[in-house]
Amino acid sequence: MKKETTLAELLRQQGVSRRGFLKFCSITASLMALPPSMVPAIARALEQARRPSVIWLSFQECTGCTESMTRSHAPTVENLILTAVSLDYHHTLQAASGSHAEEARKVAMKENWGKYLLVVDGSIPLGNPGFSTIAGIPNLEMLQEVAEGAAAVIAVGTCAAYGGLPHAAPNPTGAVPVSDIVKDKPLVNVPGCPPIPVVITGVLAHFLTFGRLPELDGLGRPLAFYGNSIHDRCYRRPFYERGQFAESFDDEGARKGWCLYRLGCKGPITYNACATTKWNDGTSFPIESGHGCLGCSQPDFWDGGGFYEPLSRLPGGGTAGLAAAAGAGVAIGLGASWLARQRQLKARGQAEEDSR
Amino acid sequence: MMKSASLPPVEIPPPDTGNLHPLLHEIRHALARLLEEGEPTIIDLRALPLAPGEERRLEEALGEGEVEITLQALGTTRITETRYSGVWRVVHLDANGEVLGKTIEITTVPTLLPAQPGEMARALEELEGALGSEDPGE
Repeated sequence: MKKETTLAELLRQQGVSRRGFLKFCSITASLMALPPSMVPAIARALEQARRPSVIWLSFQECTGCTESMTRSHAPTVENLILTAVSLDYHHTLQAASGSHAEEARKVAMKENWGKYLLVVDGSIPLGNPGFSTIAGIPNLEMLQEVAEGAAAVIAVGTCAAYGGLPHAAPNPTGAVPVSDIVKDKPLVNVPGCPPIPVVITGVLAHFLTFGRLPELDGLGRPLAFYGNSIHDRCYRRPFYERGQFAESFDDEGARKGWCLYRLGCKGPITYNACATTKWNDGTSFPIESGHGCLGCSQPDFWDGGGFYEPLSRLPGGGTAGLAAAAGAGVAIGLGASWLARQRQLKARGQAEEDSR
Repeated sequence: MMKSASLPPVEIPPPDTGNLHPLLHEIRHALARLLEEGEPTIIDLRALPLAPGEERRLEEALGEGEVEITLQALGTTRITETRYSGVWRVVHLDANGEVLGKTIEITTVPTLLPAQPGEMARALEELEGALGSEDPGE
């Protein structure tokens, strides 16, 4: 299909009606955490959006991120957004293999030099070029080569964003995140192990709508999705405020759905959209299933000192005792959520300005 | 075979985010705004943390009204009027019946309903074509 086709034309060709397109825009606004009043502006922008070329490179990873994104088989919004981009290279998904696959990558790079989006999942080993290669090309070399002509880079998953599991102590391969290698391109981190599928596509939708990457937090994550901590948005938060904690996984507190802080929940220090977007087509998220948050969208979450250790007892999170933490939690928590809210509002304001 | 132990029933209070009541007030303000200034409002329910059970309580609070509409556009969309005239619940589903989005619209006619100008223009062409290909029969 030609890349000159606009998204609206593409959807019409697929038999999607105008109402269907408006529904798509309304869900996309919700995905990007933009207010519903933005829907007409999103519709106008998406109507004119051209299909960007996307090159997806997978390095030291488990394919969980690709698995997360391709999980839905129905014509979902995720799939439509994937339709809206021209995925020119993805060594797990593409039909071509060997030299044909590499040829496809080279052609896509040449035709779209300076304009394509580079998506990376997995970390890059610096210990030995032979630790991870694709078609005999070491990961570092391929990343540098493809990043050079990219308009922007999206690091999908905690491995690409912060090194992830390969980077965990003692880091046998010398794994580093994309940000250690690519310094001169707009870069957005979409961490999570795996990231929530709609967060991946939400970033792509933002790029399609506004022609640039969304506003980021200090760790390079889009504020629209990572602006609040899991704790800020957790439905169990009221139990935390009242000091009602589960002390084991089968006690009365656990059965009553009390706060999992003392069972090691990392919700207070983890920024992600799980508590509102949820998983498995909106079914639930780990805390709703009775297990604390592991903090998988934070740097070095594997080396945090124990998934079942409360934050107050961990070296990094334990600057205050549990009593102090639980007591101060209210004030700090509200302060943090207020700040996050301000950042989100700012991000929205910027997005609205862009759409004008 | 082990006999199943008879455990005493556990009283589980419904978890409460405290978001339900403010949400209903937001709807009240929006309805007043619609009535006085004619300004519609859409509230995205995905953006609000609601505990299991709270969504059901929201449904109960809003009740059922006179209108029920089903759209087939990119999967099913169900639009139902609540017991409060001008307050609609909109549920977007995909082809598998999975929920993609939920909103509350406070408006006279939900935004997805009116026929779209572009499609009406194409419909007119189609109708003209269909009539032109046949004998008008005087």
